[in-house]
Amino acid sequence: MRNPIATLRNRWSDSDARTDGGEPASERSFLDRDSVRSAPFWVPPFLLVGLFVYGAVVWNFFLSLTDFSGIGEPDYSDLDVENYFVAFSDPVDGFLSMFGMGGEVSGGTPAWSDLTVDPVWNSLGNTLALMIGFSAVCLALGLLLAILVDRGIRFENTFRTIYLLPMSLSFVVTAKFWLYMYNPQTGLINIALGVFGIGPVQIVQNPDLKLGAVAFALIWQFSGYAMIVYLAALRGIPSSHFEAARVDGASTIKMYWRVIVPQLRTATVSALVVITVFALKAFDFLFSMYGGYQPGPSADILATRMVREAYANQNWAYGSTIAVILFVMALCIVAPYIYSQYRRGEL
Amino acid sequence: MSTADTDARLKRLALYAVLIAMAGFYLLPILTGLFTSITSPESYTGQSPFLPPMEPLLPETGSFSLQPWGNAFDGLARGLTNSFILVIPATILSGLFGSMAAYGLTNVDWRGQVGIYALFVAGIFIPYQAVLVPLTQFWYNVVPLQSLFAPLAGLPLVQAYHWKLVALIVTHTAYGIPICTLLFRAHYKKLSDEMIEAARLDGASVSTIYRRIVLPLSIPMFAVVFIYQFTQIWNDLLFALTIVQFGDASVVTQELVGIGVSQAGTNFPLRMAAALLAALPTLVVYVLFGDKFAEGVTA
Repeated sequence: MRNPIATLRNRWSDSDARTDGGEPASERSFLDRDSVRSAPFWVPPFLLVGLFVYGAVVWNFFLSLTDFSGIGEPDYSDLDVENYFVAFSDPVDGFLSMFGMGGEVSGGTPAWSDLTVDPVWNSLGNTLALMIGFSAVCLALGLLLAILVDRGIRFENTFRTIYLLPMSLSFVVTAKFWLYMYNPQTGLINIALGVFGIGPVQIVQNPDLKLGAVAFALIWQFSGYAMIVYLAALRGIPSSHFEAARVDGASTIKMYWRVIVPQLRTATVSALVVITVFALKAFDFLFSMYGGYQPGPSADILATRMVREAYANQNWAYGSTIAVILFVMALCIVAPYIYSQYRRGEL
Repeated sequence: MSTADTDARLKRLALYAVLIAMAGFYLLPILTGLFTSITSPESYTGQSPFLPPMEPLLPETGSFSLQPWGNAFDGLARGLTNSFILVIPATILSGLFGSMAAYGLTNVDWRGQVGIYALFVAGIFIPYQAVLVPLTQFWYNVVPLQSLFAPLAGLPLVQAYHWKLVALIVTHTAYGIPICTLLFRAHYKKLSDEMIEAARLDGASVSTIYRRIVLPLSIPMFAVVFIYQFTQIWNDLLFALTIVQFGDASVVTQELVGIGVSQAGTNFPLRMAAALLAALPTLVVYVLFGDKFAEGVTA
């Protein structure tokens, strides 16, 4: 389909399509006038986004170079990258510790503190584990649901609505529901385990299960989203592909694996980008689940660590440093995605 | 009946069994919450949260009571009011700005256009953490919004602490613009072009075309965008926590974090009622306009 506004644009810039037959010189000013006239449409939103999103990101970077802590005003006269050295101090053991190896990890003592400040390795490791585990299961479950829903079932709308329902809830609400589900005495999960003679198991405060419990609740909330994305992609595959595979005598599972799944790459990438970025933002969930800034070391992710350093400990500059790390991680996921969109002309 | 028929029937049966089991998986946490929320706290035992309270009929299930909902409403009333004051203007403003940006950016023909649009799209994915400290600095130390707002506090229904909500409205508007722009741009690429061309030939200006043609044709998209933004802003905790902070201007998600916990232990009926009450506006919107919501999240 033709894009009306692009057509309009061509009309304005293309002298052959002009109806008033003006001179080339006046045409330039005419064109200028039109771009100026449309500026009121995109400039105010752009200024808001520029100031509050990108301006704040740049400002945050400068804050991460200061020694700003406690109450008062940040001092921008003495900028250095000390906080980054603290954040990544003890790199070898720290890096290994993310995989459960290496020796004791020691922190650093920045100029703004008398105490040792922990590096980010622990929360970085948890963030990566949560991102990878949560996204992988979410996509797999979403794909499975999409395939089931796509098999010409009755009440398709009802099933779809139910599967996507948790997505409309707040992280705070979801955390309250799952806190109840996980409760050792009255939670449904422990009641179910009790039927098999297991338990009661402490889940929410158990260092070994915490992160898994968080990931499980997030999967409950977001797998419906993956399903909707995959379902749209499945509907876009011509039915001849399904039939051709069937004529070849492929079993249903083989057909999906060989013929259909490879065609879902675009859907997978876009769902993956959105879901991993959700995982980066899981702060609301953890704050509500643990009733504050302290989820404990085994469930501490960068998102909670950043807010805790800044707003609970008032180590503003260090909080900003962790925020820059989070921003860079998000950028690493999103920039290639946007670039590939641009290359395919979908931007 | 042939074996092939029986086979197909069994497969079909298994398919529905799985679908229903999965529906149970998604509904159970909400249903147990609902059943618990209508149990009177005195009779609550927690032995069978998956059953509705039917005490005289079924022992150990607790007796029916709406008291938790009443208490939850008392506990959340201030948060609910503040959330509505926040969410309505923020939703409308971000939707309008998004529509304008999408129109303006698809309209102008200059080299930086895709770059600007890429910045808008990237803005969708920026973690809130990356801007929190500057935003707190901005609203508390740079812009004297509190003193600027003070003269308005004399007006009816306006309170002095509402300046914090104004700060939050502006912040949410700025953060909502990128996703709204994306949604509207996708829609504007699909608009029928005859009317716009006709208007153009009649000598209509860029803004007339927007007001007379594009805006009315955007109404279905406004529904999608408003539903999406309403849900996002209503559900947010982090911006409220850092910009509004706890106090008079707390929004509902903030109030919900601490409700139902006391020295005596957790009051589960109250907590579940509060969780459902806080989720009610988005649940109602979702149940009424589920397809529009799906359209918003998949764009």
